[in-house]
Amino acid sequence: MEFLTPPPPPIRRLKLEDAKAAQQVAPPAGIATGGDVPVDRGPYGHRSTGTSQARGGFTGARRSIGAPQFSIRRMEIDDVSVSYSNREAVKSVSLPVRQGEVLAMIGPSGCGKTTLLRSLNRLTELTSTATLRGRILLDDVDIVLIEPTLLRRRVTMVFQQPNPFPMSVFDNIAYVLREQGSRRQRKKTLEPRVHSALDRAGLFEEVKDNLDHPALKLSGGQQQRLCIARALAAEPEVLLLDEPCSALDPQSTQVIEDLIVKLRDDVAVVIVTHNLQQAYRIADHVAFMYLGELVEYNSATALFGSPRERRTQEYVSGAFG
Amino acid sequence: MGAPVATPPAVPPPGKVPPPPAKAAVEGSATWRLVDRIGLAICWVLGLLFCAIAVAIVVYLLSQGIKYLRPSMLVTPATAGFAQGESGGFSDALAGTLIVAAMGIAIALPIGIAIAVWLVEYGRPAGLARITESTIEAIAGIPSIVLALFGTVIFSSTALGFLSRTSDGVVFGRSFFAASTMLALVALPLVVASTREGLQSIPRHVREASYAVGKTKAATTRRILIPASRPQIATGAMLGLGRIIGDTAIIVVLLGATQNFAPVEDAAFPFDYLRGAGTTLTNFVYEASPTGNLNQPQKAYAAAFVLLLMVLALNAAVDVVHRRARKVGAWSS
Repeated sequence: MEFLTPPPPPIRRLKLEDAKAAQQVAPPAGIATGGDVPVDRGPYGHRSTGTSQARGGFTGARRSIGAPQFSIRRMEIDDVSVSYSNREAVKSVSLPVRQGEVLAMIGPSGCGKTTLLRSLNRLTELTSTATLRGRILLDDVDIVLIEPTLLRRRVTMVFQQPNPFPMSVFDNIAYVLREQGSRRQRKKTLEPRVHSALDRAGLFEEVKDNLDHPALKLSGGQQQRLCIARALAAEPEVLLLDEPCSALDPQSTQVIEDLIVKLRDDVAVVIVTHNLQQAYRIADHVAFMYLGELVEYNSATALFGSPRERRTQEYVSGAFG
Repeated sequence: MGAPVATPPAVPPPGKVPPPPAKAAVEGSATWRLVDRIGLAICWVLGLLFCAIAVAIVVYLLSQGIKYLRPSMLVTPATAGFAQGESGGFSDALAGTLIVAAMGIAIALPIGIAIAVWLVEYGRPAGLARITESTIEAIAGIPSIVLALFGTVIFSSTALGFLSRTSDGVVFGRSFFAASTMLALVALPLVVASTREGLQSIPRHVREASYAVGKTKAATTRRILIPASRPQIATGAMLGLGRIIGDTAIIVVLLGATQNFAPVEDAAFPFDYLRGAGTTLTNFVYEASPTGNLNQPQKAYAAAFVLLLMVLALNAAVDVVHRRARKVGAWSS
C-alpha cells in the first residue's frame, strides 16, 4: 500500500519568540548563528522543511549572556550509574560541574537527567530501590563520605513545582538558617541573612513589606524565586534546578532565567530542562542525555550549532523527544 | 487504495448565520432521558427530606430545651427530691462532660498524631504498618460498650488501683481516669485517620525540598509536615471530641454512673475527683429519660439541649478550621 501523493510535511511548532525583543537584543559577537554553521541534512531529507524551521530557534539573538568570566571545577561526576531495582536509569556518566558556568542537562523524558541531578545531593537515597555506582566528588571529596544533611546544605536543590513551606515568607528562609528543627534563634539575628537571601533571588523588593504573609499566597513565579532564595540561604556551593520554570508563565520564566545567569559566578549551577530554547539561552555547557547515556557534552554554542553526534542533532532539531 | 480525498473545510454556507450559543453553558436537565430525570428528582427529594428531618430534630430539641432549661440548672448539682422542681440541676454532669472530653482528647491527640506520622512517614516494616492500620480500623468498629467491658477488666486490676477508688485491696475500677482512657480509644481512630489524610495530602516534593536544604526527617516532620496538616489534625480532634461527648456506654460502665461527683477521700485535690466516680450529660439524659432511674423528662430535655449546643459548636469549629485552611493556600500538585 502506497500513497500516490506524498504526505504533507509534519506541522511543527514555531518558536515562541518575541520578535521585538529579538530585535532589541543584539547578537553578541562570537556566537555562531545558524546560517554560519554548515549542516548536513542528508539523512533527514524528508524532514528538511521542519528541521530548518526548528533550527531557527537556536540561531536567534536571545542568547544575550556573555562568555563566563572564569570557571572553577567544583563537582566531578565520575563514571556514575544509577539503577532503580533492575532498570538502569543513568549509565556511566562522567561530567564536570563548574562554578562560573551554567550547566544544562537536556534530553527527552525518562532519559535519567533528573535522576543524575538528584544523585548529586544524594536525594536518590530516599528511594529505597535506587543504587548508585561510580563516584561523585565535591571539591575532591567523595560525597558518600559527607554527611547527607551537610552535603545537602552545600548542594541545594530547587524543584519543578514551586513548593514554599506553609509558613510566612520570612520563616521559609529562616527555617533553612535555623538548626535542625530548632526555633531558638531570634527573628532579629536572622533578619540580615534572610533579607540577603531574598535579595540574591531578586525577590526582596517585591516582598519586603509582606514578609509575614503566607508564602503560598505569592504568585507562582514569586514562589519559585522564594524557593531559589531558600536554596541560596544555605550558602551552597552548587545549586541544582530541576525544570524550575516548567510550571511558570513566560514572564516569570524570563525573570528566573536572568537570575540563574546572574547566580553562576557565586555558585555552580546545574539545571535540568525540557526546554531546548531555555538551555540555549542560559547555559554555558550543555549535556545531552538519551536513555540514560550521556550522548554529548559540549559548550552550548557548539552543541546547538554544530553537534558532533547524530542523535544530538536529531534531538536538537526536533526529530524526536 | 485510491488517492486520499481532501476533506473540505467545514465552512457554513454564506448567508446562514449559525445560531448564537445558549445564554449559559450550564447543562439543563430538559434534554435528559426520563430515567435520568426521575433519578435526579429522587436525589432532590431525599436530600431535602434529610435536611427537613435534621432541622426538625434540632428545632424540636432546642424548643423543648429552652422551655425547661433554667440557668440555675447549670450551676446546681443534682439533689434528691420528689418533684422535678426540687431535684436540682446537672452541674456535675456538665463538669463531668468537660473533664472527660479534655482528658480523652489529651490522651488521643498526641498518640493519634504519633501513630499517623509513623504510618505515613516511616511505615516500616510494611507488615507491621499494615497490622497497625487494620488494628486501628478494628478499634473504630468495636462498639463502645465492648470497649467499656474490656476497661472494667483492666482498671479493676490491682496494678492500676491508683487510678480509682480502692478499699481493703479491692479496686473499684471506675473513675474519670478509666473512662477517659477508654474514650480516648474511641476518639483515636478519628484522629489517626484525619492526620494521615493531612500528611498524605502534602506532595512528596515538599518533603524533598526540606531534605534538599539539609534538614533531617525529624525536623521536616516537626516543622513542616505537622504544621501543614494542622487543619486536618484539628478536624480529627473535633470529630473525636464529638464522639467522646456523645458516648454513653463507657460512661455508664466505667464512670460509675452516679448522679454527682463521688471523690475519693484519701487523695489531693484534682486526683480525688479524677479517681472517683462521676457522671456526664449523656448519662444524665439517659437517667433522666423515662427509662432511667430519675425519670424527669423535662430535665432530660434541658440537658440534651446543652449537649446539642456543644455538638453544634464543634461542627461550626470544624467549618471554621476548614475555611481558614483554604485561606492559607496550597501547593499546585
